[in-house]
Amino acid sequence: MTNLFNYIERDSAIHNLTGATKLICLMLWSFAAMGTYDTRYLAVLALLSMGLFKIGHIRIKDVSFMLGFTAIFLVLNTILVYLFSPHHGTEIYGTCTYLFGLEGYFAPTAEQLFYHLNYWLKYLATIPIILLFVCTTNPSEFAASLNRVGVSYSVAYSVALALRYIPDVQHQYNEISKASQARGVELSKKETLIHRLKSASAILVPLILTSMNRIEVISNAMELRGFGKNKKRTWYMARPFRVWDYLCIVGCAVLLIITFVLNHINGGRFYNPFQ
Amino acid sequence: MKKLSVKTIVAIGIGAALFFVLGRFVAIPSPVPNTNISLQYGILAFIAAVFGPVAGVLAGLIGHFFIDFSYGWGVWWSWVIASAVFGLITGLITSKMNLDEGEFEPKHLLVFNGGQILGHIIAWVVVAPILDILMYAEPANKVFLQGVVSAIMNIVTTAIVGTILCIAYAKAIPKAGSLSEED
Repeated sequence: MTNLFNYIERDSAIHNLTGATKLICLMLWSFAAMGTYDTRYLAVLALLSMGLFKIGHIRIKDVSFMLGFTAIFLVLNTILVYLFSPHHGTEIYGTCTYLFGLEGYFAPTAEQLFYHLNYWLKYLATIPIILLFVCTTNPSEFAASLNRVGVSYSVAYSVALALRYIPDVQHQYNEISKASQARGVELSKKETLIHRLKSASAILVPLILTSMNRIEVISNAMELRGFGKNKKRTWYMARPFRVWDYLCIVGCAVLLIITFVLNHINGGRFYNPFQ
Repeated sequence: MKKLSVKTIVAIGIGAALFFVLGRFVAIPSPVPNTNISLQYGILAFIAAVFGPVAGVLAGLIGHFFIDFSYGWGVWWSWVIASAVFGLITGLITSKMNLDEGEFEPKHLLVFNGGQILGHIIAWVVVAPILDILMYAEPANKVFLQGVVSAIMNIVTTAIVGTILCIAYAKAIPKAGSLSEED
């Protein structure tokens, strides 16, 4: 299961922060990066997040697979945006500077390229931090930390349950799927779409029926143990806050404040060098 | 806030696990290259119909969050929230159905599919694109086209998978008064 979520057990300053701290920091950081299109600030955030990778003892090798995925996705998205709206940059920045002496609907403009640069910087500022979170946070601690940041413990417990039962459900799905395929249920491209969906349902029906039984069994067991009787509960994986936790939260809050200040100075989310 | 019943809490957990496994590991090729059929929405609609809107919202939210989380490409909040909205709307519209008492008549079939179609349209053609524009400042026509394509695919998938699940589940439950005394 640790494999599934890419959690890497190592000893580093970031691993030692509590899950709740990392969750709060992730939120603050994401909002800070999402709230602005100021090129300079995004570049600073991107550099900063790469520095954090170093502190977290996560090497590029550990995340190369995920980075590759992200890169393909980003390239595709960039092409799509360009095809659909080659003048998006012009609309945002209000000027239109054609480059390389070309003109026409699909001709490159400085504004469009600048918009794409910002788009990429935005991902460079947010994705490393999410990868870092994924790699340094134990999934079980994640559920406990949700409760710490104010999510009601029943919901946090649902998250913990989901994490606990993902491997089981996966295992069961494989069993049912293999058994059905042995009996001639076809899911590959050889069949028509409607037929494929019908055969998928042939696998899902037993899966759902066993899952409904499972829900019954688990909820009875929890009820017998008095789940939900008290206002609070403790978590096996929870850890107490330390000085560093508070410092990190304050640091990330400052980043978010800088975003607001910059938006105020720039008079909007975009930093405009064309005027 | 109204307290959640233990059964709903467990249903959210298991529903999210099902959503995750189907969305992450089960790839059924579709006619459009590089896109797979999202079976998970059939399950989500079913969970929402049986356990209500709260279960629908949270199972969609948690399940979709974990899918993004495990791919590691960043959590695409706009689409995660759209999944939750779909669970909410389907759950609200089907809240009068008594699926767990084995009731699924032609009338309910219409309600269920009406609910899921409305849910998909609001989630993918309204919520997801608008959030994409607000959060990521993407061009409008691109996100709306993406939204319409996914809405259509998801509606077809849910109509087939969700309906078959509802029928099979309702059949598996003995109805009240289904036993009669022998003469």
